[in-house]
Amino acid sequence: MDSPKTDQEAEQKTEHESAPPKQVSRFELFNGFLMVGLFGFGGIAAAIYHVVVERKKWLSAREYAAVLGLGQVLPGANLVNITAVIGDRFGGLWGAVLALLGLTLAPILILVALATLYDQFATNPDVIAGTKAAAAGAAGLIFGTGYKLGKTILDNRTALFFATLSFVSIGLLRWPLLGTLAVLAPIAVAFSFWRGRHEG
Amino acid sequence: MKDDILWQMAFAFFFTAIISVGGISTMIPEIHRQIVETRGWMTNEQFATAFAISQVAPGPNILMMTMMGWRIAGWAGLTVATLATVIPTSIIALIAGRTEERIEHARWYAMTKRALPPLVVGLICASALITAQAAINDWLGVVLAAGVALYMATTKSNPLVPLSVAVVIGIVAARFGFF
Repeated sequence: MDSPKTDQEAEQKTEHESAPPKQVSRFELFNGFLMVGLFGFGGIAAAIYHVVVERKKWLSAREYAAVLGLGQVLPGANLVNITAVIGDRFGGLWGAVLALLGLTLAPILILVALATLYDQFATNPDVIAGTKAAAAGAAGLIFGTGYKLGKTILDNRTALFFATLSFVSIGLLRWPLLGTLAVLAPIAVAFSFWRGRHEG
Repeated sequence: MKDDILWQMAFAFFFTAIISVGGISTMIPEIHRQIVETRGWMTNEQFATAFAISQVAPGPNILMMTMMGWRIAGWAGLTVATLATVIPTSIIALIAGRTEERIEHARWYAMTKRALPPLVVGLICASALITAQAAINDWLGVVLAAGVALYMATTKSNPLVPLSVAVVIGIVAARFGFF
């Protein structure tokens, strides 16, 4: 196990130069991400931060933010991407594989058990009503997430404009994501470049 | 026939994951388009139920895709959907992770990081709309979705809290014969 002293040293060093790579075994990676998967109710954003930064101290908050930023511009699920990157950083390819397995295996089994259980009682009026309510609530969850993100991100008219375009294209017109992003993403990036230049 | 559908699934899930930026919520419209609208592997209602179950279980939200795969083609579908969603994008992440220190200070990286989030917000709102249309067919649903959205927008609490409350309200309302 890691001592708090070396963590402090590692963190101080990353402020200036990169610290010597920390030793985390593949078994520990598997275990750590197993915890993330099992504790992560309603998404793993909080759980992954708790385990990787606060509990195991594999990464400092700053290092985690850099990895998170990377995960957000890459295609796919952000936090799964991050899991692969962290696993790879400490244990190479097999570290990444074990971290991903740790993250997903147990929750997949729980999910299938839950769905099987649901099927057993799918005709029960309480289960029908409860599931309908959960499905409606789950849609509400996404609205809430969109609102929360939008509040911080859409702080200028340009951002609002691009958000509206992608919403109309995907949500209202139901156009495919590929075409929408192929058109909008380059324009948004070009605009961001242009504005960066004008702001100096 | 069965192999055929598995290949089609592999492509649909791979394609959806690889073109999505901004995480799971932005995958919903495309995977919905693929498996409900275009190929008819699931009904709108089955989609909404599968999504709801995946939200109640612990683990990464990517398991929504796993759940869809299981519903469409059992364990084989589950495996194909999960691998097709996770593996290719993880490989990209792995490569990017190894070059992170180099690209972190690159100008295009900063610009992309600034340009993408507004598009992602639009995509998430589109996901919310599509999920709502699949899941809601009476005013109780509207009230519950609005309540959960409001709760999520104003607090930092775990999503499972408002979701559980919604379930209890839904059951009680049905018991009292409101719906």
